[in-house]
Amino acid sequence: MNSDLLTILLPTLALTGWALLLLLVDLWIPREHKGITAVLAAAGLAAALGLTLSQGRLPAMTDSTVMVISDGYALFLDVLFLASGLAGVALAHEYLKRANIANGEYYALLLFSVAGMMLMAHAYNLILIFLALELLSIPLYILSGINRPRLESEESALKYFLLGAFSSGFVLYGTALIYGATARTDLPGIFAALQSAPVNPVIFILGAVLLLVGLAYKVSAVPFHMWTPDVYEGAPTPVTGFMAVAVKAAGFAVLGRILMAAFPTVGKDLTPILWALAALTMLVGNLAAITQKSIKRMLAYSSIAHAGYLLMALVPFSNRLVNSDVQASLLFYLVAYALTGLGAWAVVTALEKQNGDGLKLEDYAGLGKSHPWLALAMTVFMLSFTGIPLTLGFWGKFYLFRTAIEGGFTLLAVIGVVTSLISAYYYLRVLMYMYMRAGSPSVERAPWLQVTAVAAALAVVLISFIPNVLLNLAGNSLLLLP
Amino acid sequence: MPSEWIYIGIFSLIALALPAAAILMAGVLGPKKPNPIKNSTYECGIETTGETWVQFRPQYYIFGLLFLIFDVETVFLFPWAVGYRVLPLFAVIEGIVFILILLGGLLYAWRVGALSWQ
Amino acid sequence: MLLSEVSLHDPVFRLAPLVIFLPLAGVILNLLIGRRLGELGAGLIACLAGAGAFAVSAALAFGLKSSPEGAIVLIWRWFQVGNLDLNWSLKVDTLSVTMMLVVSGVGTLIHIYATRYMHSDVRHHHEPGRYTRFFVFFNLFLAAMMVLVSADNFLMLFVGWEGVGLCSYLLIGFWFEGGEGGLGNARAAKKAFVVNRIGDFGLLIAIFIMLGAFGSLEFSRVFAAAPAVTATAPGVVLAITLFMLLGVTGKSAQLPLFVWLPDAMAGPTPVSALIHAATMVTAGVYLVARSQPLFVQAPLAADVVLWVGAITALFAGTIAVGQYDIKKVLAYSTISQLGFMVAAVGMGAVVAGMFHLITHAFFKALLFLAAGSVILALEEADHGHDLQDAQDMRVMGGLRSRLPVTFWTFLIGALALSGLVPLAGFFSKDEILVAAQQKSPAVFIILLAAAFLTAFYMARQVFLVFFGRPRSGAAEHARENPPLITVPLIALALLSIFGGVLNLPGVHTLEHWLEHSLNVTPAKFVLWIALVSLAVLAAAVTLAWLLYGRKPRATAREADPLAARLGGLYRALEARWKVDEFYSWLVVRPFERAAEFLSSIFDLKLINGLGDGLGALVQSLSTAASRIQNGFVRSYTLVFLVGVTAILAYLLLR
Repeated sequence: MNSDLLTILLPTLALTGWALLLLLVDLWIPREHKGITAVLAAAGLAAALGLTLSQGRLPAMTDSTVMVISDGYALFLDVLFLASGLAGVALAHEYLKRANIANGEYYALLLFSVAGMMLMAHAYNLILIFLALELLSIPLYILSGINRPRLESEESALKYFLLGAFSSGFVLYGTALIYGATARTDLPGIFAALQSAPVNPVIFILGAVLLLVGLAYKVSAVPFHMWTPDVYEGAPTPVTGFMAVAVKAAGFAVLGRILMAAFPTVGKDLTPILWALAALTMLVGNLAAITQKSIKRMLAYSSIAHAGYLLMALVPFSNRLVNSDVQASLLFYLVAYALTGLGAWAVVTALEKQNGDGLKLEDYAGLGKSHPWLALAMTVFMLSFTGIPLTLGFWGKFYLFRTAIEGGFTLLAVIGVVTSLISAYYYLRVLMYMYMRAGSPSVERAPWLQVTAVAAALAVVLISFIPNVLLNLAGNSLLLLP
Repeated sequence: MPSEWIYIGIFSLIALALPAAAILMAGVLGPKKPNPIKNSTYECGIETTGETWVQFRPQYYIFGLLFLIFDVETVFLFPWAVGYRVLPLFAVIEGIVFILILLGGLLYAWRVGALSWQ
Repeated sequence: MLLSEVSLHDPVFRLAPLVIFLPLAGVILNLLIGRRLGELGAGLIACLAGAGAFAVSAALAFGLKSSPEGAIVLIWRWFQVGNLDLNWSLKVDTLSVTMMLVVSGVGTLIHIYATRYMHSDVRHHHEPGRYTRFFVFFNLFLAAMMVLVSADNFLMLFVGWEGVGLCSYLLIGFWFEGGEGGLGNARAAKKAFVVNRIGDFGLLIAIFIMLGAFGSLEFSRVFAAAPAVTATAPGVVLAITLFMLLGVTGKSAQLPLFVWLPDAMAGPTPVSALIHAATMVTAGVYLVARSQPLFVQAPLAADVVLWVGAITALFAGTIAVGQYDIKKVLAYSTISQLGFMVAAVGMGAVVAGMFHLITHAFFKALLFLAAGSVILALEEADHGHDLQDAQDMRVMGGLRSRLPVTFWTFLIGALALSGLVPLAGFFSKDEILVAAQQKSPAVFIILLAAAFLTAFYMARQVFLVFFGRPRSGAAEHARENPPLITVPLIALALLSIFGGVLNLPGVHTLEHWLEHSLNVTPAKFVLWIALVSLAVLAAAVTLAWLLYGRKPRATAREADPLAARLGGLYRALEARWKVDEFYSWLVVRPFERAAEFLSSIFDLKLINGLGDGLGALVQSLSTAASRIQNGFVRSYTLVFLVGVTAILAYLLLR
């Protein structure tokens, strides 16, 4: 028996168990009282958050079978995932009632997905990474389609599922090739094998690239992003918000861990590929966002663009000198993006109507007059997405570009800055609609959405005054290197 | 290093070429004497009647899926049951947890009405 | 991290952040519940915030008595970029605590005064709802000023510097819909803001150069490194100090950037007293005093400071002679007195400068508040609404018997300002004159002439306002104001009388107090200089009596007796040497024409065209990027595969 394994995974297991129970308990909760399920789900997430925080003092360690790891990096991400899960509950409750999808399964599936994310943060073995990826994805396939009789939702679920399965194949194939080359699936083992044993470089690199491609799909990096706009648009808005923020974070969590813990010696081969992916993702994501008329699609492309920025943080992964900067700026940006994104999606959810209208840019006209607080929050999010000072997004980009430049990738940083400028065009257009066009937008009465939006906006602004606190937190959340 | 990558390229080319060659060869070498019976779709020897694109009740699939899930999962229980005497306590507990999860699934399926034919 | 890591010897220093946070709490409280509390509650909160800050400052001062080396109190680490590590921390030393005491002490008295003054003012303007807003701004100013004086690095000082500038802007434009043509006050606020921005720009450049040359903005580190940097690159410190001087001329209204201060009198009178006389405008003097180690390394810059101050003192003094607006006279007088202080710190007589800063805070605040009391009394007695301008001294007269408390306190303030022994102004001005005499005879003569003008225009003001017969119905029926107005006047009058005690010749309390923070050169008392300055005072008052007191002006229309004697010169004084017109011709009009050109030709044609072209390019790229997005899973898979193939091809071909 492996007690370390249980210790490390305790919050994840507790959350999974709670999700199972919730699935059953919900069967006896009448349809009009699904609020109870939401509260129970939130309680489960909060309890898991408490458990995670109580593990903060554990030393960084792996279990004896080197399946899982517990380190500052994983704990930091756990907190991020659980908080996103809580936001996911807050976003969904009123929306589900409004859209007449009062299915309690939503919450159980959300919890499963969060558990998968936490498992991803802790996974230290390619096999477990694959399992965690599936545990994270399958509930999301269902969640995308949970708005069932609506065609868009079903289409979204099917596309997501098909392409997800396709990419899972790449992850598995990559894992198999890496195993073929090194005879190991645990990350430190792969690292050690690359150092000592003779490894067939062709097979290994091929495996690494396929693994990378599979994960690049998950974080929707160009050219593996094609599913993103369609799936994001079709999925119920709270699910989209959760996907855009948490799934992306989970993908980057595992990408960062694999690159830094197992692959640092093959940076020569992988760095150019990452470089190109990052540059392409930033360019295509930002350019395509410009012509979007639907706010949901625009934010989908924006999430692609942000994946590009996050990839930029990872480009210098093999340079041990900037390693801690890479981690710190990655985690910092994830937090900045999560707060901004969840807030923005909360606003979008608040404006969406029962029949799925209210998602065009024109529907935001006049919001500044009719709902000044909501509009102000949206303004904060758009500015933060653009990276304008006095928002968290600014510091996120600042640290990111600094990391890229310190790692010697100045051109990439320049592309980042230029694309940020381009992005100002479509982010600020939202402000233009809200404040300069006349209109009478209808906003659903949804206190939790507004609480989420305002709290996120406050956090985005307030933390920007003390970026060091967060950066130190991120910088101290070190990933255990073999 | 590049020379080694060349092998991958050669390998892909061969992989493409072989099936292409087989199909081409069949097309080139095979005699072509078509008649209506040869061209008809082969369906267990009996001519199809009506449209082939018909709708099935989705409940067939649900039943099929449920059967498959529990069927496959029972397979896992065999080695556990066989080795029950020599297993450590931890494995026994894990097995029980597994069965409990299965039961939960069954309970769910029953409660949402998936087991009753409508 | 909050309030920890205090490197100190005396636990009382832990209280230091309260000097900022108490006024800030006042701001927040009044913002949240001020309106609901009504005037009494809002005023009380604001006064208590000020008084609390004063109590804390006093406690800090007592702490410094036992451990005069002071402390640095860290509030939080601000940010860390590269090697630059900036903290939000307070410097508690004798210099900063002196400023805190002045700001919070005089500030609190003015707050108390304002509770009554604004009560009438908001009613006079038919906007009773703005009462709370005034005190929110007022407390915000206190907080910003505290940030300025307690900063332990230049960036934090700059934050306070901008903060007080913002409050100044907000308060000058407090009645933004008032003034000439409904825009006058707003224009005055804008002018103050823009002119200050020019100065701030200089200070900002100084900070940038400092960052480049020293790699730090902390006072202690910069000052410690100053000699070394001067040895290797003397021009750097010179550039820093000269750009800093630009900031000083903006904030402390010195030549050439003084033009905003007279216009700033558009704000309510307590604002003029607190911000534009006693505290904010002295920030420049404080900055030079604080940066003394830098100016020591750049004697040329120090000389420039000295001359700017001296010439301003004289120049502004001449203009004050030709003004009829009761507050404008005081405004030019303030500029002139600031010139004295700037000259003093420029010549290295830092203690003298600080001494004059303190005493000036007392009597100039007193003069403004007393002037406010006069204005208020006139406005309230103006039942027929036939007064064009309640600040015009030509419609006053004979108020001595009608406003006795105001008269006596104003007189004390005027005499203290003119330098009558043994009032506060005598000692502080005397110290500056002694230092000037040792530095250069020319400066001494200039400052003496300025002192003559000071005594002259103050005497003229006293005669015009308080003596003779009332020249309007409002002046006829004016009555003394209630105690909330007069008590602060009396308190400030007492301070003006006894303020000299702070640094009496032979005792030099202030000097010994400040020597823990500054390099002081011991001041001397030179009897003949004291006698000369008293003689100048006597001559000026006599001249003023001959012109204005012996045969008082009978009607409001009458021309000034000086006008006939000085002719064109007097008209030039009255028109303020046409400096505003000159600036308008030199800067504003060309700027407007350039802006017109840039907007209509350069921007609309060229930049817009360029922007449209780029926009069109990006748009078409964007359309192309979303065209592949056709909704079919099969094409998505194809793109996916193309991506994989491209990566493999790259690996194959590299």
